[in-house]
Amino acid sequence: MNEASPNRLSSTAGVPTARPRSRLGALRDSDLWQSFVASRLVVAAALLTTLLVGAAFLAPLIAPHNPYDLKSLELIDADRPPAWEEGGDARFLLGTDDQGRDILSTIMYGTRASLMIGICSVLLAVAIGLSLGLWAGYAGGRIDAAIMRVADVQLTFPAILTALLIDGVALAIFKRYTFEGGKFWILVMAIGLSYWVQYARTVRGVTLVERDKEYVQAARLIGIGPMKIMFQHILPNVLGPVLVLATINLALAIITEATLSFLGVGLPPTEPSLGTMIQVGNKYLFSGSWWMVAFPGLTLALLAVAVNLLGDWLRDALNPKLR
Amino acid sequence: MLAFAIRRLFEALMVMLAVALIAFALFRYVGDPVNQMVGQDATLADRAELRRHLGLDDPVIVQFGRFVSHAVRFDFGISYQLKQSVTGMIAERFPATFELALAAALFAVVFGIPMGVYTGIYRDSWLSKVFLTVSLIGISLPTFLIGILLIYLFAVKLGWFSSFGRGEVITVGFWRTGLLTISGLKALVLPAITLGLFQMTLITRLVRAEMLEVLRTDYIKFARARGLSDRAINFGHALRNTLVPVITIIGLQLGLIIAFAIITESVFQWPGMGLMFIQAVQNADIPVMAAYLLLVAFLFVLINLIVDLVYVRIDPRIRIYSKGTG
Repeated sequence: MNEASPNRLSSTAGVPTARPRSRLGALRDSDLWQSFVASRLVVAAALLTTLLVGAAFLAPLIAPHNPYDLKSLELIDADRPPAWEEGGDARFLLGTDDQGRDILSTIMYGTRASLMIGICSVLLAVAIGLSLGLWAGYAGGRIDAAIMRVADVQLTFPAILTALLIDGVALAIFKRYTFEGGKFWILVMAIGLSYWVQYARTVRGVTLVERDKEYVQAARLIGIGPMKIMFQHILPNVLGPVLVLATINLALAIITEATLSFLGVGLPPTEPSLGTMIQVGNKYLFSGSWWMVAFPGLTLALLAVAVNLLGDWLRDALNPKLR
Repeated sequence: MLAFAIRRLFEALMVMLAVALIAFALFRYVGDPVNQMVGQDATLADRAELRRHLGLDDPVIVQFGRFVSHAVRFDFGISYQLKQSVTGMIAERFPATFELALAAALFAVVFGIPMGVYTGIYRDSWLSKVFLTVSLIGISLPTFLIGILLIYLFAVKLGWFSSFGRGEVITVGFWRTGLLTISGLKALVLPAITLGLFQMTLITRLVRAEMLEVLRTDYIKFARARGLSDRAINFGHALRNTLVPVITIIGLQLGLIIAFAIITESVFQWPGMGLMFIQAVQNADIPVMAAYLLLVAFLFVLINLIVDLVYVRIDPRIRIYSKGTG
């Protein structure tokens, strides 16, 4: 893929290829970057994502309040509208929730929780899907048939249902042993185990092709073990499509987490994610406290749309057929 | 054809058995069924008696066999939470979910296909761009957010529709329907739109893509050269040829509608099976979870089977392929 790019560039953009370039220059001339700046929508999505991710991960430093610190909460501050509305308070820019927590700060911490769960569960799904896909594709035969059979069965059901079920079972099992951050890992497990199939199928497909190529045969001939062949020789060839899938699935994982939390089987209100905030705010919608649900909802929507746009762009930009 | 059908049927049976095994393991090993059924003050002798009565001392394989034979007769035991028969609970809630899913699918098809045709024919008109933007939003936003938005706009602000429950229901035989009363229909509007929106956008995009593809083909050009009216070409020739994949997708989407009904029912407090399931998950009510799992698996396997078989009828290429391999 990379070998072909200088030629194409010189023919389309007229960039001379012979000139020695710095790393940065190489990035600027690459067609990934070209297609990136070509679309204003993608640049906007990237900026928005950076802003949201930045605000989320710097939350302990820049958030005006700490929503986890229960001592700082005053019930007299509860249910305040945003600062610009009548009855608003300048200390709470976007208003407060039913317990007097600052909405803006809680959104920052909540986005952090949503992103962390999203990223961890995607990593888990990639780890499972990648390993099983490599194994199925490389070993072939019965192992392949067994793994793909399981994948097929799981694919029959929508991922959200699988995630709900795993979540429910885990909650039932661990009900008595609630430990710090336990809900977090239950969610990561539930979402990660629901989305591995796509990766396994993609990786298996590529592995089936790569397995019969000469470099793999050569590696096998000189006595390199199957583990090393799979992870060191074949793995680099499947990373491209896996990266694209992972970006698109990150948006999906964030939405799934929000959905589970909204349904009341995700993060508890004491350590809220965006979904939990929307669930809590939803109860107060009829009493007119629209800000409790509107701002977390908007954040979630923007985050999902922005990450989705980035994933779509990455898919098209890395797909040689579409260029 | 027959061999293909039998093989598919066998595969479907295997899937159902696998799901039954998961459901059984859930029922048997997650929490102690006896502890859930007796009160705090039951004696050890009482517990042992109940264990024997439930057959929990038998070999696991016998228990599994009994579980399957009960499940085949729609006997899923007693709910831990409500102390009612699970089958009765499902029978009570099934009509609500069915009517909601039907209304949602209807909404998706009735709006999705014309929008897809329009955006396929008039690619660059502003209305097409509006439709496509709406469909992008429909695909990106989580279902529950759309539901909340609709509730806020049409129930809280405008007060047009109700946002809670099913409204008045009328019992026809064993079926409690909300379709025959004004308040029932009004209560159906918002949940059906929420549930159907994702499917609608999917159908719009699919029909549009297929239309774009078909309108480029030679026989459409030939039809134009023959001087047929635009209407005859667009609907008589183009749309008809796009419908096979569309019907398949709609069929497969029925399963997704049932899954997403959990979320929609939760947002609108719609008294269907999805709400029952989510309450069961929250309360670790294993018999209800196991029954719902089996029921949904059955529906999914059935839908997949039907779609597969219908596809074979429609598309002769699959028939030849399956003859070649099996």
